[in-house]
Amino acid sequence: MRWLRKNLVVIAGLLTLAYMILPNAVVMVFSFNRPNGRFNYSWQRFSTDAWKDPCGVADLCRSLTLSLQLAAWATLGAVLLGTMIAFALVRYRFRARGAINSLIFLPMAMPEVVMAASLLTLFLNMGVQLGFLTVLIAHIMFCLSFVVTAVKARIMSMDPRLEEAARDLYAGPAQTFLRVTLPIAAPGIAAGGLLAFALSFDDFIITNFNAGPSTVTFPMFVWGSAQRGTPVQINVIGTAMFVLAVLIVVTGQLIANRRKKTATA
Amino acid sequence: MSATPTTEAPPVDGPVPRRPATRRRLVPYWLLLPGIVWLLVFFALPMVYQASTSVQTGSLEQGFQVTWHFRTYWDAFQEYWPQFVRSLLYAGTATLLCLLLGYPLAYLIAFKAGRWRNLLLVLVIAPFFTSFLIRTLAWKTILADDSLVVDALGALHVLDVTSWLGWTEGDRVLATPMAVVCGLTYNFLPFMILPLYTSLERIDTRLHEAAQDLYASPATTFRKVTFPLSMPGVVSGTLLTFIPASGDYVNAELLGSTDTKMVGNVIQSQFLRVLDYPTAAALSFILMAIVLFMVTVYIRKAGTEDLV
Repeated sequence: MRWLRKNLVVIAGLLTLAYMILPNAVVMVFSFNRPNGRFNYSWQRFSTDAWKDPCGVADLCRSLTLSLQLAAWATLGAVLLGTMIAFALVRYRFRARGAINSLIFLPMAMPEVVMAASLLTLFLNMGVQLGFLTVLIAHIMFCLSFVVTAVKARIMSMDPRLEEAARDLYAGPAQTFLRVTLPIAAPGIAAGGLLAFALSFDDFIITNFNAGPSTVTFPMFVWGSAQRGTPVQINVIGTAMFVLAVLIVVTGQLIANRRKKTATA
Repeated sequence: MSATPTTEAPPVDGPVPRRPATRRRLVPYWLLLPGIVWLLVFFALPMVYQASTSVQTGSLEQGFQVTWHFRTYWDAFQEYWPQFVRSLLYAGTATLLCLLLGYPLAYLIAFKAGRWRNLLLVLVIAPFFTSFLIRTLAWKTILADDSLVVDALGALHVLDVTSWLGWTEGDRVLATPMAVVCGLTYNFLPFMILPLYTSLERIDTRLHEAAQDLYASPATTFRKVTFPLSMPGVVSGTLLTFIPASGDYVNAELLGSTDTKMVGNVIQSQFLRVLDYPTAAALSFILMAIVLFMVTVYIRKAGTEDLV
Protein backbone atom coordinates (compact mmCIF):
# COMPACT_ATOMS: atom_id res chain seq x y z
CA MET A 1 0.00 0.00 0.00
CA ARG A 2 2.82 2.36 0.87
CA TRP A 3 4.55 1.31 -2.30
CA LEU A 4 1.41 2.12 -4.24
CA ARG A 5 1.14 5.57 -2.70
CA LYS A 6 4.77 6.31 -3.38
CA ASN A 7 4.57 5.27 -6.99
CA LEU A 8 1.12 6.63 -7.78
CA VAL A 9 2.49 9.30 -10.11
CA VAL A 10 4.62 6.79 -11.98
CA ILE A 11 1.69 4.41 -12.44
CA ALA A 12 -0.68 7.16 -13.55
CA GLY A 13 1.92 8.56 -15.94
CA LEU A 14 2.63 5.18 -17.50
CA LEU A 15 -1.11 4.52 -17.90
CA THR A 16 -1.42 7.81 -19.80
CA LEU A 17 1.52 6.79 -21.94
CA ALA A 18 -0.19 3.48 -22.68
CA TYR A 19 -3.33 5.38 -23.72
CA MET A 20 -1.21 7.45 -26.08
CA ILE A 21 0.66 4.52 -27.60
CA LEU A 22 -2.25 2.07 -27.87
CA PRO A 23 -3.61 3.36 -31.21
CA ASN A 24 -0.14 3.16 -32.76
CA ALA A 25 0.09 -0.45 -31.63
CA VAL A 26 -3.32 -1.15 -33.16
CA VAL A 27 -2.27 0.50 -36.44
CA MET A 28 0.85 -1.66 -36.47
CA VAL A 29 -0.93 -4.93 -35.70
CA PHE A 30 -3.67 -4.25 -38.24
CA SER A 31 -1.10 -3.66 -40.97
CA PHE A 32 -0.71 -7.47 -40.88
CA ASN A 33 -4.43 -8.12 -41.13
CA ARG A 34 -6.34 -9.59 -44.03
CA PRO A 35 -9.77 -8.05 -43.61
CA ASN A 36 -13.04 -9.44 -44.89
CA GLY A 37 -14.73 -6.76 -46.92
CA ARG A 38 -13.64 -3.19 -47.41
CA PHE A 39 -12.97 -2.04 -43.86
CA ASN A 40 -9.93 -2.95 -41.81
CA TYR A 41 -11.50 -2.58 -38.37
CA SER A 42 -11.73 -6.14 -37.06
CA TRP A 43 -9.01 -8.77 -36.89
CA GLN A 44 -9.34 -11.68 -39.32
CA ARG A 45 -6.03 -13.39 -39.99
CA PHE A 46 -2.34 -12.73 -40.34
CA SER A 47 -1.00 -11.71 -43.71
CA THR A 48 1.95 -9.74 -45.05
CA ASP A 49 0.27 -8.97 -48.37
CA ALA A 50 -0.04 -5.25 -47.72
CA TRP A 51 3.61 -4.95 -46.70
CA LYS A 52 4.68 -6.64 -49.95
CA ASP A 53 2.65 -4.22 -52.02
CA PRO A 54 2.35 -0.90 -50.16
CA CYS A 55 1.42 1.03 -53.30
CA GLY A 56 -1.10 -1.59 -54.40
CA VAL A 57 -4.04 0.71 -53.79
CA ALA A 58 -4.87 3.20 -56.51
CA ASP A 59 -3.70 6.77 -55.74
CA LEU A 60 -2.34 5.96 -52.28
CA CYS A 61 1.32 6.52 -53.08
CA ARG A 62 0.51 9.46 -55.33
CA SER A 63 -1.20 11.15 -52.38
CA LEU A 64 1.83 10.40 -50.23
CA THR A 65 4.26 12.02 -52.68
CA LEU A 66 1.94 14.98 -53.02
CA SER A 67 1.88 15.43 -49.24
CA LEU A 68 5.67 15.21 -49.02
CA GLN A 69 6.11 17.79 -51.79
CA LEU A 70 3.54 20.06 -50.23
CA ALA A 71 5.15 19.81 -46.80
CA ALA A 72 8.60 20.51 -48.25
CA TRP A 73 7.47 23.67 -50.07
CA ALA A 74 5.36 24.85 -47.14
CA THR A 75 8.33 24.37 -44.79
CA LEU A 76 10.63 26.28 -47.09
CA GLY A 77 8.18 29.17 -47.40
CA ALA A 78 7.27 29.32 -43.72
CA VAL A 79 10.91 29.09 -42.59
CA LEU A 80 12.04 31.87 -44.92
CA LEU A 81 9.24 34.28 -44.04
CA GLY A 82 9.13 33.26 -40.38
CA THR A 83 12.87 33.64 -39.74
CA MET A 84 12.83 37.11 -41.26
CA ILE A 85 9.93 38.14 -39.02
CA ALA A 86 11.61 36.63 -35.95
CA PHE A 87 14.82 38.59 -36.57
CA ALA A 88 12.92 41.81 -37.09
CA LEU A 89 10.92 41.28 -33.88
CA VAL A 90 13.92 40.55 -31.67
CA ARG A 91 16.56 42.79 -33.19
CA TYR A 92 14.81 45.97 -34.22
CA ARG A 93 12.49 48.58 -32.87
CA PHE A 94 9.69 49.68 -35.12
CA ARG A 95 6.15 50.92 -35.08
CA ALA A 96 3.07 48.74 -34.71
CA ARG A 97 4.94 46.02 -32.85
CA GLY A 98 1.86 45.17 -30.79
CA ALA A 99 -0.34 44.84 -33.86
CA ILE A 100 2.23 42.64 -35.58
CA ASN A 101 2.58 40.43 -32.52
CA SER A 102 -1.19 39.89 -32.42
CA LEU A 103 -1.28 39.18 -36.14
CA ILE A 104 1.25 36.41 -35.53
CA PHE A 105 -0.46 35.09 -32.40
CA LEU A 106 -4.02 35.04 -33.75
CA PRO A 107 -3.63 32.17 -36.26
CA MET A 108 -2.51 29.98 -33.36
CA ALA A 109 -5.45 31.05 -31.20
CA MET A 110 -8.09 30.35 -33.81
CA PRO A 111 -9.92 27.08 -34.37
CA GLU A 112 -8.60 25.68 -37.63
CA VAL A 113 -12.05 25.39 -39.14
CA VAL A 114 -12.53 29.17 -38.86
CA MET A 115 -9.32 29.90 -40.77
CA ALA A 116 -10.12 27.20 -43.29
CA ALA A 117 -13.61 28.51 -43.96
CA SER A 118 -12.58 32.14 -44.24
CA LEU A 119 -9.70 31.38 -46.59
CA LEU A 120 -12.10 29.43 -48.79
CA THR A 121 -14.42 32.47 -48.87
CA LEU A 122 -11.50 34.57 -50.12
CA PHE A 123 -10.63 32.09 -52.86
CA LEU A 124 -14.28 31.74 -53.91
CA ASN A 125 -14.77 35.50 -54.03
CA MET A 126 -11.59 36.02 -56.02
CA GLY A 127 -12.49 33.20 -58.38
CA VAL A 128 -9.24 31.36 -57.66
CA GLN A 129 -9.13 27.76 -58.89
CA LEU A 130 -8.63 25.46 -55.87
CA GLY A 131 -5.62 23.15 -56.13
CA PHE A 132 -2.03 22.62 -55.06
CA LEU A 133 -1.28 26.34 -54.96
CA THR A 134 -4.21 27.27 -52.74
CA VAL A 135 -3.29 24.50 -50.27
CA LEU A 136 0.33 25.62 -50.28
CA ILE A 137 -0.73 29.20 -49.56
CA ALA A 138 -2.88 28.00 -46.67
CA HIS A 139 -0.14 25.79 -45.21
CA ILE A 140 2.48 28.53 -45.31
CA MET A 141 -0.04 30.82 -43.61
CA PHE A 142 -0.70 28.60 -40.60
CA CYS A 143 2.88 27.27 -40.26
CA LEU A 144 4.34 30.79 -40.27
CA SER A 145 3.36 31.67 -36.69
CA PHE A 146 4.86 28.47 -35.30
CA VAL A 147 8.17 29.10 -37.07
CA VAL A 148 8.27 32.69 -35.78
CA THR A 149 7.71 31.47 -32.21
CA ALA A 150 10.42 28.80 -32.41
CA VAL A 151 13.06 31.02 -34.04
CA LYS A 152 12.24 34.00 -31.81
CA ALA A 153 12.84 31.94 -28.68
CA ARG A 154 16.24 30.90 -29.93
CA ILE A 155 17.41 34.37 -31.01
CA MET A 156 16.26 35.87 -27.72
CA SER A 157 18.40 33.46 -25.72
CA MET A 158 21.42 34.32 -27.85
CA ASP A 159 24.35 36.20 -26.32
CA PRO A 160 24.61 39.53 -28.21
CA ARG A 161 28.26 39.79 -27.19
CA LEU A 162 29.15 37.06 -29.69
CA GLU A 163 28.11 39.31 -32.56
CA GLU A 164 29.88 42.28 -31.02
CA ALA A 165 33.00 40.16 -30.78
CA ALA A 166 32.71 39.27 -34.45
CA ARG A 167 32.38 42.94 -35.39
CA ASP A 168 35.31 43.85 -33.17
CA LEU A 169 37.31 41.36 -35.17
CA TYR A 170 36.45 43.33 -38.32
CA ALA A 171 33.78 41.01 -39.67
CA GLY A 172 31.41 42.87 -41.98
CA PRO A 173 27.65 42.75 -41.30
CA ALA A 174 27.14 40.02 -43.91
CA GLN A 175 30.04 37.99 -42.57
CA THR A 176 28.85 38.37 -38.97
CA PHE A 177 25.40 37.23 -39.98
CA LEU A 178 26.53 34.22 -42.01
CA ARG A 179 29.36 33.00 -39.76
CA VAL A 180 28.03 33.86 -36.30
CA THR A 181 24.34 34.75 -36.12
CA LEU A 182 22.94 32.15 -38.50
CA PRO A 183 24.84 29.15 -37.04
CA ILE A 184 23.65 30.08 -33.54
CA ALA A 185 20.06 30.56 -34.70
CA ALA A 186 20.17 27.31 -36.70
CA PRO A 187 18.71 24.98 -34.02
CA GLY A 188 15.72 27.30 -33.65
CA ILE A 189 15.25 27.46 -37.40
CA ALA A 190 15.55 23.67 -37.62
CA ALA A 191 13.00 23.18 -34.84
CA GLY A 192 10.60 25.59 -36.53
CA GLY A 193 11.14 23.85 -39.85
CA LEU A 194 10.47 20.39 -38.43
CA LEU A 195 7.33 21.64 -36.74
CA ALA A 196 6.16 23.25 -39.98
CA PHE A 197 6.85 20.05 -41.92
CA ALA A 198 4.93 17.93 -39.42
CA LEU A 199 2.00 20.37 -39.26
CA SER A 200 1.75 20.65 -43.02
CA PHE A 201 2.16 16.93 -43.70
CA ASP A 202 -0.55 15.96 -41.22
CA ASP A 203 -2.95 18.83 -41.81
CA PHE A 204 -6.46 17.83 -42.65
CA ILE A 205 -9.03 20.51 -41.81
CA ILE A 206 -7.53 23.43 -43.76
CA THR A 207 -6.64 21.14 -46.66
CA ASN A 208 -10.15 19.67 -46.67
CA PHE A 209 -11.58 23.15 -47.28
CA ASN A 210 -9.03 24.55 -49.72
CA ALA A 211 -7.80 21.64 -51.82
CA GLY A 212 -10.51 21.12 -54.39
CA PRO A 213 -11.29 17.66 -55.74
CA SER A 214 -8.05 17.12 -57.68
CA THR A 215 -5.52 17.71 -54.90
CA VAL A 216 -5.71 14.60 -52.73
CA THR A 217 -3.09 14.74 -49.98
CA PHE A 218 -2.38 11.72 -47.80
CA PRO A 219 -4.72 12.83 -44.96
CA MET A 220 -7.39 13.53 -47.58
CA PHE A 221 -6.89 10.04 -48.94
CA VAL A 222 -7.28 8.52 -45.49
CA TRP A 223 -10.41 10.61 -44.86
CA GLY A 224 -11.89 9.45 -48.16
CA SER A 225 -11.05 5.85 -47.38
CA ALA A 226 -12.86 6.10 -44.04
CA GLN A 227 -15.99 6.54 -46.16
CA ARG A 228 -15.22 4.14 -49.02
CA GLY A 229 -13.28 1.42 -47.25
CA THR A 230 -9.92 1.45 -45.50
CA PRO A 231 -7.17 -0.45 -47.32
CA VAL A 232 -4.60 -2.22 -45.14
CA GLN A 233 -1.93 -0.22 -46.95
CA ILE A 234 -2.69 2.96 -45.01
CA ASN A 235 -1.72 1.06 -41.85
CA VAL A 236 1.47 -0.04 -43.58
CA ILE A 237 2.35 3.56 -44.45
CA GLY A 238 1.44 4.72 -40.94
CA THR A 239 3.58 2.04 -39.32
CA ALA A 240 6.50 2.64 -41.65
CA MET A 241 6.46 6.38 -40.93
CA PHE A 242 6.30 5.72 -37.20
CA VAL A 243 9.18 3.23 -37.17
CA LEU A 244 11.33 5.37 -39.47
CA ALA A 245 10.84 8.51 -37.38
CA VAL A 246 11.53 6.74 -34.08
CA LEU A 247 14.69 5.20 -35.59
CA ILE A 248 15.91 8.62 -36.75
CA VAL A 249 15.26 10.19 -33.33
CA VAL A 250 16.92 7.34 -31.44
CA THR A 251 19.98 7.31 -33.74
CA GLY A 252 20.29 11.07 -33.40
CA GLN A 253 20.13 10.72 -29.63
CA LEU A 254 22.79 7.99 -29.63
CA ILE A 255 25.12 10.07 -31.80
CA ALA A 256 24.61 13.08 -29.54
CA ASN A 257 25.33 10.93 -26.46
CA ARG A 258 28.52 9.56 -27.98
CA ARG A 259 29.68 13.05 -28.94
CA LYS A 260 29.04 14.24 -25.40
CA LYS A 261 31.05 11.31 -24.06
CA THR A 262 34.02 11.93 -26.37
CA ALA A 263 33.85 15.63 -25.59
CA THR A 264 34.10 15.01 -21.84
CA ALA A 265 36.71 12.24 -22.18
CA MET B 1 8.59 40.45 -23.16
CA SER B 2 10.97 43.22 -24.02
CA ALA B 3 13.03 43.18 -27.16
CA THR B 4 16.73 43.72 -26.92
CA PRO B 5 17.44 47.09 -28.44
CA THR B 6 19.75 47.10 -31.39
CA THR B 7 23.30 47.43 -30.35
CA GLU B 8 24.64 50.02 -32.73
CA ALA B 9 28.02 49.07 -34.06
CA PRO B 10 30.63 51.49 -32.79
CA PRO B 11 31.98 53.75 -35.54
CA VAL B 12 34.72 51.79 -37.17
CA ASP B 13 37.35 53.61 -39.10
CA GLY B 14 38.60 51.83 -42.14
CA PRO B 15 36.97 50.35 -45.19
CA VAL B 16 33.57 49.54 -43.66
CA PRO B 17 31.12 51.77 -45.51
CA ARG B 18 28.51 53.44 -43.33
CA ARG B 19 25.06 53.01 -44.63
CA PRO B 20 22.70 55.97 -44.63
CA ALA B 21 20.64 56.10 -41.44
CA THR B 22 17.28 56.03 -43.24
CA ARG B 23 18.14 52.81 -45.01
CA ARG B 24 19.12 51.22 -41.73
CA ARG B 25 15.87 52.26 -40.18
CA LEU B 26 13.99 50.54 -42.98
CA VAL B 27 15.65 47.15 -42.43
CA PRO B 28 13.05 45.77 -39.98
CA TYR B 29 10.23 46.75 -42.32
CA TRP B 30 11.84 44.90 -45.23
CA LEU B 31 12.30 41.84 -43.01
CA LEU B 32 8.68 41.96 -41.88
CA LEU B 33 7.15 42.81 -45.24
CA PRO B 34 6.80 39.41 -46.98
CA GLY B 35 5.56 37.46 -43.96
CA ILE B 36 3.23 40.13 -42.69
CA VAL B 37 1.77 40.71 -46.15
CA TRP B 38 1.20 36.95 -46.37
CA LEU B 39 -0.67 36.95 -43.07
CA LEU B 40 -2.64 40.06 -43.98
CA VAL B 41 -3.73 38.72 -47.36
CA PHE B 42 -4.35 35.08 -46.42
CA PHE B 43 -5.38 35.39 -42.77
CA ALA B 44 -6.78 38.86 -42.04
CA LEU B 45 -8.36 39.65 -45.41
CA PRO B 46 -10.26 36.32 -45.49
CA MET B 47 -11.82 37.30 -42.16
CA VAL B 48 -13.13 40.48 -43.82
CA TYR B 49 -14.49 38.44 -46.72
CA GLN B 50 -16.11 36.06 -44.32
CA ALA B 51 -17.69 38.91 -42.39
CA SER B 52 -19.14 40.25 -45.61
CA THR B 53 -20.34 36.78 -46.69
CA SER B 54 -22.14 36.31 -43.38
CA VAL B 55 -24.43 39.29 -44.07
CA GLN B 56 -25.19 38.35 -47.67
CA THR B 57 -28.34 36.79 -49.02
CA GLY B 58 -28.99 35.03 -52.26
CA SER B 59 -28.52 31.64 -53.79
CA LEU B 60 -25.79 29.78 -55.61
CA GLU B 61 -27.54 30.24 -58.96
CA GLN B 62 -28.31 33.96 -58.65
CA GLY B 63 -25.23 34.86 -56.67
CA PHE B 64 -24.96 36.39 -53.23
CA GLN B 65 -25.33 40.11 -52.45
CA VAL B 66 -24.49 42.01 -49.32
CA THR B 67 -27.86 42.93 -47.84
CA TRP B 68 -26.73 43.42 -44.23
CA HIS B 69 -28.90 40.50 -43.31
CA PHE B 70 -27.82 40.11 -39.68
CA ARG B 71 -30.71 37.77 -39.03
CA THR B 72 -28.53 34.97 -40.45
CA TYR B 73 -26.58 35.05 -37.21
CA TRP B 74 -29.68 34.71 -35.09
CA ASP B 75 -31.16 31.99 -37.31
CA ALA B 76 -27.92 30.07 -37.42
CA PHE B 77 -27.51 30.26 -33.68
CA GLN B 78 -31.09 29.22 -33.05
CA GLU B 79 -30.86 26.29 -35.38
CA TYR B 80 -27.46 25.05 -34.28
CA TRP B 81 -27.14 26.01 -30.62
CA PRO B 82 -27.12 22.36 -29.53
CA GLN B 83 -24.01 21.84 -31.65
CA PHE B 84 -22.38 24.90 -30.08
CA VAL B 85 -23.15 23.68 -26.58
CA ARG B 86 -21.89 20.22 -27.51
CA SER B 87 -18.65 21.60 -28.95
CA LEU B 88 -17.87 23.59 -25.82
CA LEU B 89 -18.90 20.71 -23.56
CA TYR B 90 -16.88 18.08 -25.42
CA ALA B 91 -13.85 20.35 -25.84
CA GLY B 92 -14.03 21.40 -22.19
CA THR B 93 -14.30 17.82 -20.96
CA ALA B 94 -11.46 16.71 -23.23
CA THR B 95 -9.29 19.59 -21.98
CA LEU B 96 -9.95 18.66 -18.36
CA LEU B 97 -9.21 15.00 -19.08
CA CYS B 98 -6.01 15.97 -20.89
CA LEU B 99 -4.92 17.93 -17.85
CA LEU B 100 -5.77 15.11 -15.44
CA LEU B 101 -4.10 12.45 -17.59
CA GLY B 102 -1.25 14.59 -18.85
CA TYR B 103 -0.08 16.09 -15.58
CA PRO B 104 1.16 12.84 -13.98
CA LEU B 105 3.02 11.91 -17.15
CA ALA B 106 4.64 15.37 -17.49
CA TYR B 107 5.54 15.21 -13.78
CA LEU B 108 6.98 11.73 -14.20
CA ILE B 109 9.14 12.81 -17.14
CA ALA B 110 10.30 16.01 -15.44
CA PHE B 111 11.18 14.66 -11.99
CA LYS B 112 11.17 10.87 -11.81
CA ALA B 113 12.35 9.55 -15.15
CA GLY B 114 16.11 9.88 -14.64
CA ARG B 115 17.88 8.36 -17.58
CA TRP B 116 14.60 7.30 -19.17
CA ARG B 117 13.61 10.93 -19.67
CA ASN B 118 14.57 11.20 -23.33
CA LEU B 119 12.99 7.87 -24.20
CA LEU B 120 9.72 8.91 -22.56
CA LEU B 121 9.77 12.23 -24.39
CA VAL B 122 10.26 10.41 -27.68
CA LEU B 123 7.31 8.16 -26.83
CA VAL B 124 5.13 11.21 -26.16
CA ILE B 125 6.01 12.77 -29.50
CA ALA B 126 6.17 9.48 -31.44
CA PRO B 127 2.42 9.14 -32.13
CA PHE B 128 2.68 12.38 -34.13
CA PHE B 129 4.69 10.52 -36.74
CA THR B 130 1.66 8.52 -37.83
CA SER B 131 -1.04 10.59 -39.48
CA PHE B 132 -3.64 11.53 -36.86
CA LEU B 133 -6.48 10.35 -39.08
CA ILE B 134 -5.07 6.81 -39.18
CA ARG B 135 -4.65 6.87 -35.40
CA THR B 136 -8.18 8.15 -34.92
CA LEU B 137 -9.47 5.34 -37.13
CA ALA B 138 -7.63 2.91 -34.84
CA TRP B 139 -10.00 4.01 -32.07
CA LYS B 140 -12.81 2.57 -34.18
CA THR B 141 -11.18 -0.80 -33.65
CA ILE B 142 -10.38 -0.24 -29.98
CA LEU B 143 -13.89 0.94 -29.10
CA ALA B 144 -15.79 -1.41 -31.44
CA ASP B 145 -18.63 -3.46 -29.95
CA ASP B 146 -17.31 -6.55 -28.18
CA SER B 147 -13.73 -5.35 -28.35
CA LEU B 148 -11.42 -6.12 -25.41
CA VAL B 149 -11.66 -2.62 -23.97
CA VAL B 150 -15.43 -2.35 -24.27
CA ASP B 151 -15.96 -5.84 -22.80
CA ALA B 152 -13.68 -4.98 -19.89
CA LEU B 153 -15.53 -1.72 -19.25
CA GLY B 154 -18.80 -3.64 -19.39
CA ALA B 155 -17.58 -6.30 -16.96
CA LEU B 156 -16.42 -3.61 -14.53
CA HIS B 157 -19.90 -2.02 -14.77
CA VAL B 158 -18.32 1.21 -15.96
CA LEU B 159 -20.65 1.23 -18.93
CA ASP B 160 -23.69 1.01 -16.63
CA VAL B 161 -22.62 4.26 -15.00
CA THR B 162 -21.72 6.00 -18.24
CA SER B 163 -24.98 4.90 -19.87
CA TRP B 164 -26.90 6.26 -16.92
CA LEU B 165 -25.06 9.54 -17.39
CA GLY B 166 -25.92 9.48 -21.08
CA TRP B 167 -22.31 9.24 -22.24
CA THR B 168 -22.71 5.79 -23.76
CA GLU B 169 -25.65 3.76 -25.00
CA GLY B 170 -26.17 0.33 -23.47
CA ASP B 171 -23.05 -1.71 -24.11
CA ARG B 172 -21.96 0.44 -27.04
CA VAL B 173 -19.15 2.98 -26.83
CA LEU B 174 -18.55 3.75 -30.49
CA ALA B 175 -20.90 6.41 -31.90
CA THR B 176 -21.53 7.88 -28.44
CA PRO B 177 -20.36 11.13 -26.78
CA MET B 178 -17.79 9.16 -24.79
CA ALA B 179 -16.09 7.93 -27.97
CA VAL B 180 -15.84 11.48 -29.31
CA VAL B 181 -14.45 12.86 -26.06
CA CYS B 182 -12.06 9.93 -25.86
CA GLY B 183 -10.81 10.68 -29.38
CA LEU B 184 -10.47 14.41 -28.68
CA THR B 185 -8.58 13.73 -25.45
CA TYR B 186 -6.30 11.33 -27.25
CA ASN B 187 -5.61 13.65 -30.17
CA PHE B 188 -4.68 16.69 -28.09
CA LEU B 189 -2.84 15.05 -25.16
CA PRO B 190 0.66 15.80 -26.52
CA PHE B 191 -0.31 19.51 -26.79
CA MET B 192 -1.04 19.42 -23.07
CA ILE B 193 1.93 17.34 -21.98
CA LEU B 194 4.69 19.25 -23.77
CA PRO B 195 3.98 22.72 -22.29
CA LEU B 196 3.38 21.11 -18.87
CA TYR B 197 6.70 19.33 -19.11
CA THR B 198 8.53 22.51 -20.18
CA SER B 199 7.30 24.48 -17.20
CA LEU B 200 7.74 21.61 -14.71
CA GLU B 201 11.27 20.98 -15.92
CA ARG B 202 12.24 24.59 -15.16
CA ILE B 203 11.31 24.22 -11.48
CA ASP B 204 14.33 24.17 -9.21
CA THR B 205 14.10 20.86 -7.30
CA ARG B 206 15.72 22.52 -4.29
CA LEU B 207 12.38 24.23 -3.76
CA HIS B 208 10.85 20.78 -3.13
CA GLU B 209 13.58 20.02 -0.62
CA ALA B 210 13.04 23.37 1.06
CA ALA B 211 9.31 22.66 1.36
CA GLN B 212 10.02 19.27 2.87
CA ASP B 213 12.54 20.77 5.28
CA LEU B 214 9.76 23.06 6.43
CA TYR B 215 7.64 19.99 7.23
CA ALA B 216 5.32 20.22 4.24
CA SER B 217 3.74 16.90 3.29
CA PRO B 218 4.19 15.77 -0.34
CA ALA B 219 0.59 16.81 -1.02
CA THR B 220 1.14 20.28 0.45
CA THR B 221 4.40 20.64 -1.47
CA PHE B 222 2.53 19.89 -4.65
CA ARG B 223 -0.36 22.21 -3.85
CA LYS B 224 1.73 25.14 -2.64
CA VAL B 225 4.94 24.87 -4.66
CA THR B 226 4.87 22.64 -7.70
CA PHE B 227 1.42 23.34 -9.08
CA PRO B 228 1.56 27.15 -8.81
CA LEU B 229 4.96 27.14 -10.49
CA SER B 230 3.63 25.02 -13.34
CA MET B 231 0.74 27.43 -14.04
CA PRO B 232 2.25 28.81 -17.30
CA GLY B 233 2.31 25.25 -18.62
CA VAL B 234 -1.23 24.59 -17.42
CA VAL B 235 -2.50 27.74 -19.11
CA SER B 236 -0.80 27.23 -22.45
CA GLY B 237 -1.58 23.50 -22.40
CA THR B 238 -5.29 24.06 -21.80
CA LEU B 239 -5.37 26.70 -24.55
CA LEU B 240 -3.52 24.50 -27.03
CA THR B 241 -6.04 21.74 -26.27
CA PHE B 242 -9.30 23.65 -25.98
CA ILE B 243 -8.95 25.88 -29.04
CA PRO B 244 -8.39 23.17 -31.65
CA ALA B 245 -10.78 20.77 -29.89
CA SER B 246 -13.66 23.28 -30.01
CA GLY B 247 -13.46 23.54 -33.79
CA ASP B 248 -12.67 19.91 -34.50
CA TYR B 249 -15.02 17.85 -36.63
CA VAL B 250 -12.82 14.84 -37.37
CA ASN B 251 -13.43 12.97 -34.12
CA ALA B 252 -17.16 13.64 -34.14
CA GLU B 253 -17.36 12.42 -37.74
CA LEU B 254 -15.23 9.29 -37.38
CA LEU B 255 -16.13 8.18 -33.85
CA GLY B 256 -19.52 9.79 -33.28
CA SER B 257 -23.02 9.62 -34.67
CA THR B 258 -25.52 12.21 -35.91
CA ASP B 259 -26.31 12.93 -32.25
CA THR B 260 -22.74 13.93 -31.47
CA LYS B 261 -22.22 16.47 -34.27
CA MET B 262 -20.18 19.47 -33.20
CA VAL B 263 -20.25 22.95 -34.66
CA GLY B 264 -17.22 22.10 -36.81
CA ASN B 265 -19.29 19.41 -38.54
CA VAL B 266 -22.03 21.91 -39.28
CA ILE B 267 -19.60 24.49 -40.69
CA GLN B 268 -17.94 21.85 -42.81
CA SER B 269 -21.16 20.49 -44.27
CA GLN B 270 -22.72 23.94 -44.80
CA PHE B 271 -19.59 25.06 -46.61
CA LEU B 272 -18.62 21.99 -48.60
CA ARG B 273 -21.89 20.13 -49.12
CA VAL B 274 -24.93 22.37 -48.61
CA LEU B 275 -23.07 25.40 -50.03
CA ASP B 276 -25.04 27.81 -47.82
CA TYR B 277 -22.13 30.21 -47.48
CA PRO B 278 -23.80 32.94 -45.40
CA THR B 279 -24.91 30.50 -42.69
CA ALA B 280 -21.51 28.79 -42.66
CA ALA B 281 -19.72 32.13 -42.41
CA ALA B 282 -22.00 33.29 -39.61
CA LEU B 283 -21.48 30.03 -37.71
CA SER B 284 -17.74 30.24 -37.97
CA PHE B 285 -17.83 33.87 -36.79
CA ILE B 286 -19.90 32.93 -33.77
CA LEU B 287 -17.46 30.12 -32.98
CA MET B 288 -14.51 32.49 -33.34
CA ALA B 289 -16.15 35.07 -31.10
CA ILE B 290 -16.96 32.51 -28.40
CA VAL B 291 -13.46 31.02 -28.44
CA LEU B 292 -11.64 34.38 -28.46
CA PHE B 293 -13.87 35.64 -25.65
CA MET B 294 -13.27 32.55 -23.51
CA VAL B 295 -9.53 32.63 -24.19
CA THR B 296 -9.26 36.32 -23.27
CA VAL B 297 -11.20 35.87 -20.03
CA TYR B 298 -9.18 32.78 -19.18
CA ILE B 299 -5.82 34.47 -19.76
CA ARG B 300 -6.94 37.46 -17.66
CA LYS B 301 -8.05 35.16 -14.83
CA ALA B 302 -4.95 33.02 -14.98
CA GLY B 303 -2.87 36.18 -14.99
CA THR B 304 -0.21 34.90 -17.32
CA GLU B 305 0.65 37.37 -20.00
CA ASP B 306 3.88 36.02 -21.42
CA LEU B 307 2.35 33.33 -23.57
CA VAL B 308 3.30 34.61 -26.96
